[in-house]
Amino acid sequence: MCLAIPGKVLAINGTDALVDFDGVQRNVVIALCEGVDIGSYIIVHAGYAIETVDEKEAEESLKLWREAIEDTEISKEDII
Amino acid sequence: MSEKLENEIGFALPGEAWLRSPKFSKKILAAIKRIARSINYTVKIMHVCGTHEHVICENGFRPLLPKNLEIISGPGCPVCVCPAIDIDRAIALAKRADVILSTFGDMIRVPSSRQSLMEQKAKGSDIRVVYGPSEAIKIALDNPEKEVVFFSIGFETTAPLPALELTNKPPDNFSILCAHKTIPPAMELIVGLPDIEIDGFITPGHVAVILGEEPFKLFSDAYRYTNVITGFEPNDLLLGIFLTLKQIKENDPKTINEYSRIVKPEGNKKARKIMYDVFEPETSRWRGIGKIRDGGLKIKDKYADYDALKKFNIEIKDSIDIPLGCSCHLVLTGKMKPKECPLFGKGCTPLHPVGPCMVSHEGTCKIAYTFKDVTL
Repeated sequence: MCLAIPGKVLAINGTDALVDFDGVQRNVVIALCEGVDIGSYIIVHAGYAIETVDEKEAEESLKLWREAIEDTEISKEDII
Repeated sequence: MSEKLENEIGFALPGEAWLRSPKFSKKILAAIKRIARSINYTVKIMHVCGTHEHVICENGFRPLLPKNLEIISGPGCPVCVCPAIDIDRAIALAKRADVILSTFGDMIRVPSSRQSLMEQKAKGSDIRVVYGPSEAIKIALDNPEKEVVFFSIGFETTAPLPALELTNKPPDNFSILCAHKTIPPAMELIVGLPDIEIDGFITPGHVAVILGEEPFKLFSDAYRYTNVITGFEPNDLLLGIFLTLKQIKENDPKTINEYSRIVKPEGNKKARKIMYDVFEPETSRWRGIGKIRDGGLKIKDKYADYDALKKFNIEIKDSIDIPLGCSCHLVLTGKMKPKECPLFGKGCTPLHPVGPCMVSHEGTCKIAYTFKDVTL
């Protein structure tokens, strides 16, 4: 599924990054993307960052995801 | 970014949270109806992405659209178009006692010629669902005495992932059964089909994240089909439909990037470089459609050591893509709606799927069944 949930990079270790998806933290491979730094927002597909996202756009998307999740019974862990 | 999009649309985007604002949805729908009224034939717009279909059905968009506007679901589900022969090969590999077969979740339920990977797993084979190829690499490192094969499927969004792993010198006991497909050649096939008339395309946003706008300009510039690179929020889809319809009305086909907040015009060059370092295009079989020129990817010779097809001797004598009575081949090319298939909801349900389109979350039949879209 093409879910575009932006994640925020918390720490980088070589080509791996610890990424926060609005409270859920996951390890993500960042080697496919240019310009990923600590604090960057990224779009992740199957555990790999495929593009960076502007912070303002990312915050807006996250807000929408929060609302969508509140409307349903699903947990964040199920989606990310 | 928004300014450029606003120029294309012809009206302003409302400030915050426009992507899911019902008020803005109504405004776009009204604009769509206004244009459709001035067109005196039925406009057919095709999307080639299972997630787009999901968003359209989940939000019940089809009944809200004008009667002379049809949104057709194209071959946009990578699980559905994976030919039975590749699943048969995966099953044959999984039967070996020395192999652990890993793949994406949807893939293990797809019926092949005789059975699915899940049925083979029930017989005792070591078949594991992974989130992505990096997890398959971990399994290979943890099980040095076993051969770990990653059955790799997906479009250009997914292909750079296993490619990256192969460039990183994976363990010797790791290999890939490659069944990757590419979207632009499939769109090219669709425009050449004599019995399906499309007026424009909604182009999958996350394929364009990797490829950029360039490969899609072929459709607007050479074939004169409008195509709009579209995102995955409800109003992304409505805007994608609106922009396509607007260009059709104006008879001015362009490639427009509605998803410019994520898709860069040049795409992701780094991911593309890695993908084409490992893979090369080849004529490839799509389930229910047939062979498509350059429609798939194969592993280049320099990475042959990690190519499961070369590493193992797998012989599949005959494979059956479309079981008797199944209409997936017609659904995949937009020639039939799921509810028109005699098996839909009767002999074929998500619990007991007959054809591939009833399995995946991106399959047109599964989506139609889930959301009971009466217009589909």
